[in-house]
Amino acid sequence: MDTLLLSRIQFGANISFHILFPTITIALGWVLLFFKLRFNATGDVKWMEAYRFWVKVFALSFAMGVVSGITMSFQFGTNWPGFMETVGNIAGPLLAYEIMTAFFLEAVFLGIMLFGFSRVPGWLHTTATFLVAFGTTMSAFWILVLNSWMHTPAGFEMHDGVAFATDWWAIIFNPSMPYRLVHMLLASGLTVAFLLAGLSAFRWLIGDRSAEVRTTLKSGLILGATLIPLQILAGDFHGLNTLEHQPAKVAAMEGNWETGPNVPLLLFAVPDKETRSNLLEIAVPNGASLILTHKTDGVVPGLNDFVTEDGTVKHPPVAPVFYSFRVMVGTGMAMLLLSWAAVVIMARRRDVGALPKPLLWALVPMAFSGWVATLAGWYTTEIGRQPWLVYGVLTTEQAVADVPAPFVGTTLAAYLAIYVLLLAAYVSVLFFLARKAAQGDRPRRRTPLSGEAIVAQVPAE
Amino acid sequence: MNLFGDPAQWLPLTFAALMGLSILIYVVLDGFDLGVGVLFPFATDVERDRMVASIGPFWDANETWLVLAVGILLVAFPAAHGAILTALYLPVAIMLIGLILRGVAFEFRVKAPVPHKGRWNAAFWAGSLMTSLSQGWMLGLYIMGLQQTPATWVFAALTALFLTVGYSFIGATWLILKTDGDLQRKAVAWARGGIWGVVLGMGAISLASPLVSPRIWDKWLSVPEIFLLAPLPIMSGALVVLLWLALRRLPTSDDSWAWFPFVATIALFTLAFFGMAYSFYPYVVPERLTIYEAASAPESLFIILIGTCVVLPMIAGYTALAYFIFRGKATELRYD
Repeated sequence: MDTLLLSRIQFGANISFHILFPTITIALGWVLLFFKLRFNATGDVKWMEAYRFWVKVFALSFAMGVVSGITMSFQFGTNWPGFMETVGNIAGPLLAYEIMTAFFLEAVFLGIMLFGFSRVPGWLHTTATFLVAFGTTMSAFWILVLNSWMHTPAGFEMHDGVAFATDWWAIIFNPSMPYRLVHMLLASGLTVAFLLAGLSAFRWLIGDRSAEVRTTLKSGLILGATLIPLQILAGDFHGLNTLEHQPAKVAAMEGNWETGPNVPLLLFAVPDKETRSNLLEIAVPNGASLILTHKTDGVVPGLNDFVTEDGTVKHPPVAPVFYSFRVMVGTGMAMLLLSWAAVVIMARRRDVGALPKPLLWALVPMAFSGWVATLAGWYTTEIGRQPWLVYGVLTTEQAVADVPAPFVGTTLAAYLAIYVLLLAAYVSVLFFLARKAAQGDRPRRRTPLSGEAIVAQVPAE
Repeated sequence: MNLFGDPAQWLPLTFAALMGLSILIYVVLDGFDLGVGVLFPFATDVERDRMVASIGPFWDANETWLVLAVGILLVAFPAAHGAILTALYLPVAIMLIGLILRGVAFEFRVKAPVPHKGRWNAAFWAGSLMTSLSQGWMLGLYIMGLQQTPATWVFAALTALFLTVGYSFIGATWLILKTDGDLQRKAVAWARGGIWGVVLGMGAISLASPLVSPRIWDKWLSVPEIFLLAPLPIMSGALVVLLWLALRRLPTSDDSWAWFPFVATIALFTLAFFGMAYSFYPYVVPERLTIYEAASAPESLFIILIGTCVVLPMIAGYTALAYFIFRGKATELRYD
């Protein structure tokens, strides 16, 4: 494989691994603030217990996010020097503001939030929790500004192949930014909602009947059921925005080869890039036209419009965009069904305990449904941007570093190995923490026991 | 924008100074927590918990200075960022994997099942060591103008070793400040051993740099520079003597002067840093690219500078707050 492809896989692997954790911490920060404020208001200890359990998940996720994020800040230079050389005047200030207004804020107050509970006054601990949540959200804001600008660049002019900013307002509020930001923040909220519900359901299933687990299960389900319709709406708006600015991506998402009216919605198909058509189509007539133009005979762009006279393909690869879009939508539908079913049952029986076991078991794997949907969504939009790195300004190929392919290959193998290991460790530690909490971690021991003694107290599952 | 003269002159210089400041703060702050990790094999299990407790609330913010430093390199000197990082491709990757390992080991060692703790401790140590060694390797190659020859590799191997010793030394002095009892006595012993490595390393780099670079030779060893710069090595020598005297007398019965080795080491690192910064100016890629050639457009730098002037004092403020809250001897890390 060549350096370009290996570099793309490497950056794709790093950013995929990275986004898993910010997706959790962005919304979990606000959920923790909610727990803390409920505790301050009611004095009910269950809120503080919820806080203490989930702050561990937060700390672990945050560490994973920080270290994988540092990796990316270096890879701009090691693998993609052309990016900063071409659009550095725009990307630079945005990244600088992310570091200065978000990273330090999160990192410093995280220490106080985690370890300061008994060292600082209550209000300062609550403020630290707020500032950490605020910092993660600011970080999401700046990076989505930059990402959106790469999709819909605005407010700049090119001199000698280098971009110069002309209007910072237009750069920050570029055409796709509001849609992308809302879509991502909701995705984070949903990821945390189902993580809360999933881990709490797991604790319930292994016998935990504490007030804390009732609260977090209920909070997760209500949060999920509230956000999912909003997300479907936001996704629809985002799709219409993409249709306006990146029609080739929408054509690939719909698997539509020929521009025309009455385009069906493909529930399933196998796009074939050789014959430039689909196999095994399962379709809803006029569906795509209806969704994208809100008219049955609305015109939907086709992929064949993005092939030049000499046969050069200027649209993204169809199959990955087409499939990942369906994975995202499918996961969203599963979220909708499960959360609404659960909320309806809880409302009618007025008790979390009334939730049937199969539903609770279904919620456990759904703990990571947010990850699946988020990744699938990102693949749709980012692969859908190819062959461009900055849409219409810089291709991915122009930006890649001239590093020997074996270097990229070896480091890629090392990163992949470590990511697989860490992901396995992360997921198993979440369930380990849940089991430990379910078996009654409290009252906590003040003196550390020797390793042997603690092992004896944790029966093998 | 022309308030201070030509922005194409003073903006790159300002950003070079900001980047230098970030690197210096990083080397001091992450230096001590990397050093604590490197010292792990010499401590018992109980001592390791205490060592981690002394850096737990700080490590994350400490590492952020690296992100800021590389961020400024990225945003202010994009051409240099590409040139330096592609030349250092493999050591950067090793450093990143090291940072990943130690960063997550912080969390996993206390959250994973107890039987796995030993493995995460090992990961913490290995990650700290990989990070220190690769940073030292990169420093060596950078001093050698990013040339890849057997001779520069030998030099880079030496700087890798000496930077790791330097980090362990400042780590040991941090432990003298933040712990007491047996661990503090051990830390004093580590520091006593480490100080010779620091002296040797700083001496070797100071001698080698002018020998490999005629430009650095001229900058240091011509008249009148040699007299104006003389205070730098003299003050460093004085600090080493004071450190050595202090380490012989520590720990004191009432724990007075426990702060001294750490503060003196910061001063020593700062002097060494200024010496190096003076040697390299005006180059950002040694002998190849000056800060003025590599700088971004003045308009973009100006936008960042405005934010920096507002935000940097705030960062300094709340960082100070965190160190104030977690002042005193390190105690067990608890969430409640």
